[in-house]
Amino acid sequence: MKRVIALTLILAPTVSWADPTMAPEPLSYTQLPDPAQEAAAQALMQTIRCVVCQGQSIADSDADLAGDMRALVRQKIAAGEKPEAIRAWLIQRYGRWVSYRPPVDAVTWPLWAAPILLLAVGGLLARSAFRRRRT
Amino acid sequence: MSLRTIRILLWLPLVGFLIVLGLVFTGLIRPHDASIRSQMVGRPLPAFSLPSTRPRQPPLTSASFADGKVRLVNIFASWCVPCVVEMPQLAQLKQAGVAIEGIASRDTPADSLAFLQRNGDPYDRIGDDKTSAAQIAIGSSGVPETYVVDGKGVIRAQHIGPIQPQDVADILAAVRDAQ
Repeated sequence: MKRVIALTLILAPTVSWADPTMAPEPLSYTQLPDPAQEAAAQALMQTIRCVVCQGQSIADSDADLAGDMRALVRQKIAAGEKPEAIRAWLIQRYGRWVSYRPPVDAVTWPLWAAPILLLAVGGLLARSAFRRRRT
Repeated sequence: MSLRTIRILLWLPLVGFLIVLGLVFTGLIRPHDASIRSQMVGRPLPAFSLPSTRPRQPPLTSASFADGKVRLVNIFASWCVPCVVEMPQLAQLKQAGVAIEGIASRDTPADSLAFLQRNGDPYDRIGDDKTSAAQIAIGSSGVPETYVVDGKGVIRAQHIGPIQPQDVADILAAVRDAQ
């Protein structure tokens, strides 16, 4: 009997760590009535990182907190806030990490300059290689 | 190109390889910490006003924190298993004289109150944060999380995850620092 109970306990599905029972906020899964506003909200949501399923955007994530963040973004857009202001608001809370769109500034400029520099180096290499072949 | 520079350049791929190898090994040795710390530490509490989870009680407002008293703000939920783990430690902190305010994340008042009935209730006040709005405004990325808020209403420290018995001393020290 003991063995049966132990086996049942092992085979029973493990309880999930955290699973709210409440229904999600309406705006986390419902589009805004104004298509222009919804498009602006969508564009922003695709570039905001989910803090639970790190690596997914809040537009893609099914995490409850991502749903709440989508609802928050839609509410703020519907209230007339600019997408970049909402992005700044989120960055103030979660750090630059939360945004998928790095700005060009003192820290991130190598990110933007690297492709141009590599292209230039490649161009120079190609030029010297072609020159050598001609002679 | 002279023969000497070519000889030096030949070593470059090996150097590059060793750099990559070093990166891989540091990644293997150092455990990856994926927790997202709130950037609001050092800033005043964002404005919020949450209805009380307890019946007929005044709402939990951010403005009420600027009364000279250091407090803990604990974000919890009845559906959160690690939250059960930290309840004895919260009771211990309360016994040590620390005021603790609760923020109930994505919960119904009935569920929150049943949870506190089962696990003990260390909270002075509890705000009902149905849509996680206050939680997001504070920069919290999950439950449970605990914040030390000083007498001016400024967030001074953050603890991510359940408060384990070995964390109590650190929390008490953070509360003392915030005096």
